[in-house]
Amino acid sequence: MPEELKFVPPDQAPPAETPIPPFIAALQAGVPGAVEQVSFWVGDWTVIVAPGRLIEVATFLRDAPACAFNYLSDLTASDWPARSDKRFDVILCLYSIGLRHRLRVKVRLADGESVPSVTGLWPAANWLEREVYDMFGVSFAGHPDLRRILMPLDWQGHPQRKDYPLEGPGELLMESPQDWLKAKQTAVEADIE
Amino acid sequence: MEREPARPMFDTDEMVINMGPQHPSTHGVLRLVLKLDGERVVDCDAVIGYLHRGVEKLCESRDWTQIVLITDRMDYVAAATNNLGYVETVEKLMSLEVPRRAQYIRTILSELQRVASHLLWLGTHAADIGALTVLLYGLRERELVLDLFEEYCGARLTYNCMRIGGQPMDVPEGWDKRVLRFCEIQEQKLPEYEQLLTSNRIWMERTTGVGIISAADAIGIGLCGPPLRASGVVRDVRKDEPYAAYAEMDFDIPIGVKGDTYDRYLVRLEEFRQSLRIIRQAVDGLPEGAIMAKVPRMIKPPAGETYHAIEAPKGELGYFIASDGKSLSPYRFRVRPPSFCNLQGLRQLVRGHLIADVVALIGTIDIVLGEVDR
Repeated sequence: MPEELKFVPPDQAPPAETPIPPFIAALQAGVPGAVEQVSFWVGDWTVIVAPGRLIEVATFLRDAPACAFNYLSDLTASDWPARSDKRFDVILCLYSIGLRHRLRVKVRLADGESVPSVTGLWPAANWLEREVYDMFGVSFAGHPDLRRILMPLDWQGHPQRKDYPLEGPGELLMESPQDWLKAKQTAVEADIE
Repeated sequence: MEREPARPMFDTDEMVINMGPQHPSTHGVLRLVLKLDGERVVDCDAVIGYLHRGVEKLCESRDWTQIVLITDRMDYVAAATNNLGYVETVEKLMSLEVPRRAQYIRTILSELQRVASHLLWLGTHAADIGALTVLLYGLRERELVLDLFEEYCGARLTYNCMRIGGQPMDVPEGWDKRVLRFCEIQEQKLPEYEQLLTSNRIWMERTTGVGIISAADAIGIGLCGPPLRASGVVRDVRKDEPYAAYAEMDFDIPIGVKGDTYDRYLVRLEEFRQSLRIIRQAVDGLPEGAIMAKVPRMIKPPAGETYHAIEAPKGELGYFIASDGKSLSPYRFRVRPPSFCNLQGLRQLVRGHLIADVVALIGTIDIVLGEVDR
């Protein structure tokens, strides 16, 4: 494994003098045992939860008056090949328009494991989850329309994974366009037959 | 006499048609698959990705300083705000204190950028609906903003005008006076646009009641920026989570009432005035001092990750960046593009409207495909 991939996210614990904000305290009280870890870095709070309890936690965060995270700012993922048992992080960046606070919810996943979709809670997750599926190959259980969004539908592989080469899967089209055309025509003919 | 039963002349089935990706009113390479019942849109599926360049993947293999240049190419009509979002995120990761003068210059630049972006939006949106005059007016004033940018950083489109830790150069001699002169000109021109459109009967008939979205729906689907505010939601990153020098500026957030295309137009028009107000305050209060913080020669933010958002002309532009603390490039680079999230709401907006309104609705959400596809 290359040197730069031997890294796992630090997920720093909050310093002792920093008080836990009320929305995390409410979450810990409201959904006991769901928060595996609380992390704090440069002013951002993150809670790490198990994939099985994501919907429970997300529903609480959206509906509890102390949290009121009604706006899904972003949903993304990151790939940590060094953490071989749980390779992916799926990250929800939540914002509360009324209370003006932010929280990130993080779920750790193994390759091939699926995570429950939050489209039922925030419809905004629809395209964002499609993008994560497209780029990382993480599947979302219960997503209404899980297909690729940025890459072509017949694309092989998931480009944002760390083991995917920056140059792409191979440069047949660039190196010998004639061969590429021939391969494409053969595929089309096979399709017609 | 037996009569032949009446026959419908045409099929009345639903029809699927394809719009784009080379359609002039889709503002780039957006393809829409529309399901129609006669002239009415039953459903719509946006097919994107034609301009996908893998910006996120590319940035994960470039130096921290080189990435500023790549962010220019996302929302290419608002490059300065893209730069700002990125450099602020890295500064947050490094806990850098940026000098006040640099903060003020950044504020001026991003508000000028908002004016330029909204001018292009106003022109193209009106041209889509059929009022070509406004396009010429809008581009005329946008030219003045581009001249100011050219004077500041030498470029007219992809500015690369911010650095991690501050600004690359100070404002040129007399530039602040020319910025104020531009504010004066722009202020005089705004009534001209209003005269052309605001109470224009054709404009009102094409925009009022078209694409109404309620506040709850707009929040749920993740709309941001002017489309969200036009639905009556008070949400502006500049006020809620102040960055650059916005905490010291006095300005209002215009919000709409009905959440239709006309309201989105009014909101953006008012944003011109507020932007000019901010520019005036920032130019008048421009502090003396350094423009660059003390930054190490090799930029290596400590290991950790953060999400930081700014208010780009199109809405909330967020960067999620993870650093491993050792390598010269980010470990994970993620952009939350406002156009992408606003485009997702298009499906909800177009349902039940006429096919001619689809053009108006693409215009009203103000997308740039370079940012949607990245």
